Amino acid sequence: MVETKFSDNVLTAKLYGEIDHHKAPAIRQKIDGQTENLRPKELHLDFSGVSFMDSSGIGLIMGRYRQVSLIGGKLKVINVPKNLQKIISLSGIDSLGVLK
Amino acid sequence: MNIVNEMNLNFKSRSSNESFARATVSAFVLCLDPTIAELSDIKTAVSEAVTNCIVHAYPDTIGTIYINVKITDSNKIIIKIRDTGIGIKNIKQAMEPLFTTSSDERAGLGFAVMQSFMDNIKVRSKENKGTTVTMEKTLYRTSYDKR
Ligand SMILES: Nc1ncnc2c1ncn2[C@@H]1O[C@H](COP(=O)(O)OP(=O)(O)OP(=O)(O)O)[C@@H](O)[C@H]1O
Ligand SMILES: [Mg+2]
Repeated sequence: MVETKFSDNVLTAKLYGEIDHHKAPAIRQKIDGQTENLRPKELHLDFSGVSFMDSSGIGLIMGRYRQVSLIGGKLKVINVPKNLQKIISLSGIDSLGVLK
Repeated sequence: MNIVNEMNLNFKSRSSNESFARATVSAFVLCLDPTIAELSDIKTAVSEAVTNCIVHAYPDTIGTIYINVKITDSNKIIIKIRDTGIGIKNIKQAMEPLFTTSSDERAGLGFAVMQSFMDNIKVRSKENKGTTVTMEKTLYRTSYDKR
């Protein structure tokens, strides 16, 4: 579901599988816990292992954007697979400048 | 327009059924030989409608979600997703992008996704009676194998 790694002040959360309303809370808890403890300069959400995502995934990204902003950090959304680009672009999160 | 295939599915509004519902509908429409992109669109739209039933229609209870899928001889898929929950007061407002009544981390994009991933969507709702979302998508290629 999610694996985290911390180095050089960057917390990377690698997401796996399908992200929906059922799966999102556990992912959110793990990332927010680590964000609070480690207070990273940047949080990277790595979507390379995500096979499916609905609007719950968009809520997850926007929520992490708020959380990491609260501690003065930056969010980056990295390695978005081709099949998720349609929902990502519809969501408008591109305008937050987080897509890499 | 003739209906050449049809299926019905009822299940409890548990969040663990979200993946079950979208996988089952997508397995049913496989006979139309959809593209990966078409299948992904359908899965996502079904996931949105089913999640709305679980989150909004039955906020503090477990209710039943009813799905009906029809396939026509012109490669059209008609998906009806129905609940008997709290209903929607103002459908027009509910369908506006970013509108949400939820205090959780919801983007308010479910209806926007259904609208853009399917050819069309119709929403009927009555307060305290429930909501029916009907979505249609005509697949681009192939003809249905009627066997
Ligand atoms: N089946 C339903 N029963 C009752 N209310 C609903 C139903 N479906 C949607 N709604 C209402 O319509 C609003 C908008 O739904 P939509 O799916 O667009 O956004 P959301 O569910 O709030 O957020 P997201 O889908 O991005 O997680 C909901 O907040 C809810 O108030
Ligand atoms: Mg929704």
